[in-house]
Order: sequence, then C-alpha cells, then structure tokens
Amino acid sequence: MTSRLSAITWNTFREAVRDRVLYNLVLFVLLLVASAPLFSQISIGLEKLMLVNVGLSSISLFGVIIAIFVGIGLVSKEIEKKTLYTILSRPVRRWEFIAGKYLGLLLTLVVNAALMTVGFYVALLIFIGGLKKTDAMLLAAIYFILLQFMIMVALTLLFSTFSTPIFSAIFAFALFVIGTFGEDLKNFAAMSHGATKWLATAAAYVMPNFASLNVIAQVAHEQSVSAHLIIFNTVYAVLYSIAVTTAAVLIFERRNLK
Amino acid sequence: MNRSRKVTVICGALLLVLFAGSVMARRQVEKIRGKQATLEDVLYLPSGKTVKKLSLGYSSLLANIYWTRAVQYFGSRHLNSSSHYELLEPLLEITTDLDPQLIVAYETGSIFLSQRVPEGAGQPDKAAALVEKGIRANPTYWRLYFTLGFIHYVDRHDYKAAQEAFQKGSEVPGALPWMKIMAARMAEKAYDPSTATYLWKTIFETTHDPTIKESAAKHLLSLRADSEMDELERRAQAYYERFKVYPEEWSDLVRAGLLRGIPVDPNGVPYKLRLDGTVQVEDPKQLPYLERHGPKEKK
Amino acid sequence: MLAIEIKGLSKEYAVGFWKQQRRPALKSLNLNVEAGETFGFLGPNGAGKTTTLKLLMGIIFPTSGSATILGQDFLDPEIKRRVGFLPEQPYFYDYLSAPELLDYYARLSGVPATVRKQRIGELLGQVGLSDVGNKQLRKFSKGMLQRVGIAQAIIHDPEVVFLDEPMSGLDPVGRHEVRELIQSLKDRGKTIFFSTHILSDAEALCDRVAVIHKGELRGVGVVNDFRSSVAEKTEVIWLGANALGVVNDLVADPHITSDTVRATAHSSDLDRVLEKLRQQHAQLISVTPIHRTLEDYFLDKTREEEKESVPS
Repeated sequence: MTSRLSAITWNTFREAVRDRVLYNLVLFVLLLVASAPLFSQISIGLEKLMLVNVGLSSISLFGVIIAIFVGIGLVSKEIEKKTLYTILSRPVRRWEFIAGKYLGLLLTLVVNAALMTVGFYVALLIFIGGLKKTDAMLLAAIYFILLQFMIMVALTLLFSTFSTPIFSAIFAFALFVIGTFGEDLKNFAAMSHGATKWLATAAAYVMPNFASLNVIAQVAHEQSVSAHLIIFNTVYAVLYSIAVTTAAVLIFERRNLK
Repeated sequence: MNRSRKVTVICGALLLVLFAGSVMARRQVEKIRGKQATLEDVLYLPSGKTVKKLSLGYSSLLANIYWTRAVQYFGSRHLNSSSHYELLEPLLEITTDLDPQLIVAYETGSIFLSQRVPEGAGQPDKAAALVEKGIRANPTYWRLYFTLGFIHYVDRHDYKAAQEAFQKGSEVPGALPWMKIMAARMAEKAYDPSTATYLWKTIFETTHDPTIKESAAKHLLSLRADSEMDELERRAQAYYERFKVYPEEWSDLVRAGLLRGIPVDPNGVPYKLRLDGTVQVEDPKQLPYLERHGPKEKK
Repeated sequence: MLAIEIKGLSKEYAVGFWKQQRRPALKSLNLNVEAGETFGFLGPNGAGKTTTLKLLMGIIFPTSGSATILGQDFLDPEIKRRVGFLPEQPYFYDYLSAPELLDYYARLSGVPATVRKQRIGELLGQVGLSDVGNKQLRKFSKGMLQRVGIAQAIIHDPEVVFLDEPMSGLDPVGRHEVRELIQSLKDRGKTIFFSTHILSDAEALCDRVAVIHKGELRGVGVVNDFRSSVAEKTEVIWLGANALGVVNDLVADPHITSDTVRATAHSSDLDRVLEKLRQQHAQLISVTPIHRTLEDYFLDKTREEEKESVPS
C-alpha cells in the first residue's frame, strides 16, 4: 500500500514540476526584488513591516492559486483523458489514488513554499540587513500558511471528483474568500436567532476557517504566536483536511467513469 | 459490491468523526484567538481610507463586515462586564470610512461608545465626534441630531451643546415636530429628569439594537425610581413636619394618610425607609442608574 | 480451470434529461473463458465490447450480475496483480517517457524493484521501442503509443490479459508485430481475452469467439469449426443468361451482368445444375466451392436481430 501511495504521490509531484508550476518562484523573486526598494520610499521605518506583509501574503496567495489551478484537474483531468483506465486495472485502490493525488499536490506546495521562504529570508537579510530572534515567529506564520494549503488542496480535490474544472475553480475561489472571513461568518451566525442561527452556525463550521490561520499582521508587528494556537490550529487543519479528503474518497469510490 | 459498501460505510463514519473533531478544535482556536484580541489587525491598519482603497470596490460589503465585528466586539465584552473597549472606536472609524452612509454605525455605535463603563465604552467625546462625522456625510438624516443631542445631554452633561443639536436637527426638512419641543426643553440648560426620561423613551422605542434597548429600559426604570423616591422623601418630610419625628416604617405614613399603601420600586420590591427620612432601594444592583438615590448617597 | 467467469453481467445507463429512461448497454452476459485460451470478443461498434471490459476492470459498475477472474471476485484489487489491460485508444501521461511510465505502472502492479529495470528494458525491446530513450510520450505516434500500451499491459507478467481493439491505429507492419506478440503470449500459456471487430485477426489467433450485438451475447463458437473443409455451397458463374430459367429452382441469389450470371447452388445439387447448363449450351466460367467462414457466422448472428425485431 505505501509503495503504491508513494508512487502516486511522487508522480503527482513530478507532473506539477513538469507542468512548470515551480516557475511561479521566478515571479515571486521578481516581486520581492522589485518591491523591496519601494518600501523605504513609501514609509521610513516601516520597510520591514511592508516586506513581511508583502512576502508572507505572496507566499500564501501564490500557493492558493497553484492549489486551485492544479487541484481542479487532479481527478477530473484523469477521468477526461482516460488515463485512469490503466491505473484502475492495477491493484490500486480508489482511495489510494485520491490520497496519493492529495499528498502529491501538497508536497508540491510545501516545496514551493519552502523555496519561497528561503528567498524571503534572503530578502530580509539583504534589504533589512539582519535577522532578529523574533524572526523565528515568521516561521510560525508560514507554518500556518502550509496548514491553509492542506485545507485548500483537500477542497479543490473534492470538487475535482465530481465537478468540471471551471465550476471547481469557482467553488474553490469562493470558499477561499468565505474562509478568509471565517471569523466574521461565525459572528453573523451568533447574531441571528432560532432556526436561522442553527443553520448559519452549522454553515459557518462547514466552511473552512482561514481567518484564524492568518497571523501575518501579528508577526509583521513582531508579536508572538502562542503555542496553544499552533497546536489547535494544527489539529483543526489536519482533521478538517482529512474529513474533506474522506468526502472526496466517498464520491470517487462509487463513481462510474466515462 | 460488498467491498464498496464497506468502504462507503467506513468513509461515512470517518467523515462524521473527523468533522466533529475539527469543530471542537476550531472552537478552541476561536477561544484562544479571542484572548489574543482577534481584531488587533484593526490597530495595524494605517487608516480606514487605506482599507477602502484596498477593498477594490467592495467597501460597502467590508463596512458591513467591520460593523458586525464592532457589534460582536462590543457584545462579547459587554457580556463579561468588561471595562476595556479600546478597539471599539477604531472599528467604528474604519466602518464609517468604508461606508459613510452606514447610518446604524453612527446611531448605534456612538451609543455603545458614549455610555458609562461598563454599560458602554465611556468615551462620550469620541462618540459625539463620530455622530458629527455621520451628520457631515448624511446631512438630511435629522435623527442623527437626536443621537448627538442625546449624547451631549445624558453622557456629556453639556446642555448647551444638546440644545444646539436639537435646534439644528429640528431645522432639517422632514424632521418631526418633537425635535422642536425637545430643543425648547433643552433651553433650560440644566438637567431635568423628565427630559432625560423622554430621551431614553425615544431611544427605547426607536433603537433596533437589543443591548441598547435593554439599557434604555434600565435607565427608564431608574429614572422612575428616582422621581418616586423624590416624592416619597417629600412625604416623609411632611410627616416630620407634622409629627416632629421621622416615620419608622411605611405603615406610619399610611396611618397618617400620607400614603395609600406600601410603596414598591419598579421591580416590585418595597422601598427602604431610613431613619433620617431618606429613601433608598432594597437592591441597588437592580436599578443601577439612580442619580439621586444611589447607594453612595449619604446624608 | 476457468480464467474468467461472467454471470449475468448487466449494465444499464440512465439517460434523458431527468434520467428517467434506461438504455441497456449490456444485457445479462454469461460467458466462460478457460485458462490458457485465447478468446475473441467480436461485435460491431457499439455492441458492448468496451462496456464489458470496463465493467471487468472496475472502471464502471454493473447494474447487476457478477464475475470472477482466476476464481476471485472481479472487483478484488489484489487479483489485478495477475491481470493486464490495454484499453481502446489508450492515453497515457504525456509528460512521462516510456521507461518512466512503465516503471510507474510496474510499481503500482507490485513488480519488485530488483527486476523492474531489467524487465522494462526487455519489454521495450519486445514491442520494438528500445530506442525511444527519454522521449516524452506526447511526442509518440499512435502506433508507438499502442506498443507502449501493450507493454504496460504485460509488464507485471499477468496470467490474464485483456486487450480492447489491440490493432487499432496500427499500420500493417504494426499489426503483424502485435499479432506475433499475442501469439507469443499465447505460447507462454497466458489467457488472452481480446475484443475486436476485425474478423481476420480473430480467426488467426483465437481458440473460441463470442459474438455480441446490441448488448446481447449472440453466440459462442470454436474457431476451428469455421475452417471446415466441407463446402456446403458452390458458386457457379456462366455465360448465357437465358439458361437461368432452367436452373432457377436449383440456385440461389442469381446476379446478372450483361450476359453473365453468378449464382449459388447447394453442393448436392451441383451435378444437376452443371448438367442442365450444358444442355442449354451455357458457357461455364467458374465453379468455386464456398467455405463457411467466421464472417458468415458473424453476419449470421448479427443479422438475426433485424429479422426478429418487430417494428413498433
């Protein structure tokens, strides 16, 4: 089982790389290099703040875009192109296929983010001139971004199992926006009454919560991130992602292919 | 078929368990974030104007979101009888920068701001400034003058400013006639309980916010209690003048024909008659807004 | 021992806007294939051949019925270690090279790492692709892809091989090579189940064939039976259309072109027909015995439908 899983994971990663997904790193570096000198011109004393904001937000945004663009085709492309035929004729379980695809895309995003992090720290060194102890907190923010990727990949994968790429992209983007306002959704729910309150609260919990995973503002102001938050966010992201992936397996398991 | 059904059942059960677990974890996260003042990003935003630019045309929607955050922020602290509402004013500023026509933010938000701690943020000056901002952006909405006058009168005790507010408001086309009446009453330029009662009554009737409505109700009860106690003290004084001693119990006054029965406060609890003829409530916590007969009052 | 046992396998599709109509793609198929047999699955396009294979591979799920492969439930993933499949017009990951694809598939089929590399090299040689190097599959021609397809079907040395139209898209040289490959698999004792609409291939390679038409199994026959040397009918061609009247009741399907007549006679009536034609001074052009072929059997089985169907 692990051999098959790792084979599918690795192949999915390989496909993304050969699809030139990692070229976005070039864009990222260009962005940092181009914008960094501007920061000191916009506001003295806030260069680091702006660099951290731009850098971390880019790592997050680029990753989410890749998660969506690659994720929507993870399963649907294989069904469309019938490349699944020769996979399913082998001792591969359908759930292994889904899990492998998930891990492969996640691996791609992690590698991508890791490389971006290196570039980001280099930018910090060059433009700010040195690292402080508090800069370790930046890693916490990046870790949360990875947790965000875990959830996004699971969601796009889920859509990919039953929807066409266009609709998957729309749904995924919509969920990303909704998730960004996750805490506000809870507030809306809390302010309603009766049956609406129950429905709204249920909906708020079904939607992903990216708001709590965004500590970019905090770390930009060199505030620390509590260990408790790290632990519980990890638990949340892991459980939620696996739940969504399980739903994807459920759909794919009984699906008649073309 | 059996294999697939087995997988379906396992997946279904797994899905429920995992989701439930994720909900529990999320609640913990929200609790932790709550402690960390989730809205600190509000402080970090340079200004509402910048947010408006960043909102890419969705500023009205964003204003709604920020207003909801303000209400939630205020509500959760209010529930815990907190005395710190530092982020309320920045939140309201951003909300009204994003959508200057969001009247409710001025009307309700300013009252959240102006009321005394712990009922509100205890920042009546800032509240007045907020309402004035609202008036500038919405000159035809005369009700904001009412809110302004209310704040000046009740929380800032600036009776001249209150009168000016009601006066200006009554001049706006479409303003209801009682604005003029209120302006006239304000001309007294001194505190008058019946004016305060009228103001709070209007608030009670017009507000949509349940917290403010509750607060108005409490104020109205306290105002009634205050004036009732004024009257009761006058009757006690009358007793003293007649009998050269203060009454010991309410029944004394009843026997003297000065009262028809045992007087009860608006909560139905009998008033306390003290030996020096002053009157107080049994449980001051039930009537927290007494102005003349509060627990600190000692003759 | 039965390599493949299919019992009442059916597939219905729900069609129509509200999915209320049922279109049967396969109607209760019952079929057995012995181990070591090469079995041909024949039928016109749309008969249900590919549907059957997709059902057996677990790509689609049956409405009812069951099947076993090598004694195990056909949906058991483990049995797929011993099964190979070449789909019709296969499409593979075009960003991979042929060795990479075979390595990936070999891993998924459980081929141990120690023998993988060697076997890939061997197989590429066997299908005539030893010099493709690291060229990505997106640059392969149709014929080359077909060969890769065959290679991936047998990379893990399965006991049962399913081939869906293995000759499709191949030029005559390619077809010849594939035929040789199938023959060599046959010689090694593999069970081969292949679907095709090209009867000559089936005739050349298969032990038995089944004819399927409009989702129904029409018949199963032994190929050798069709190669009987006894000619039941004879084709007679002569010059002299006026002679037709004399032999009209003894011949069938007469075709007249100018003065030439072509007709079929039962072998038992042949002597009498020839005698009568001679009496009429007709000039014989040719007398050819007609052997019943697989094609006849096929057409026979697929034509029955038309006769039986009652117009509504």
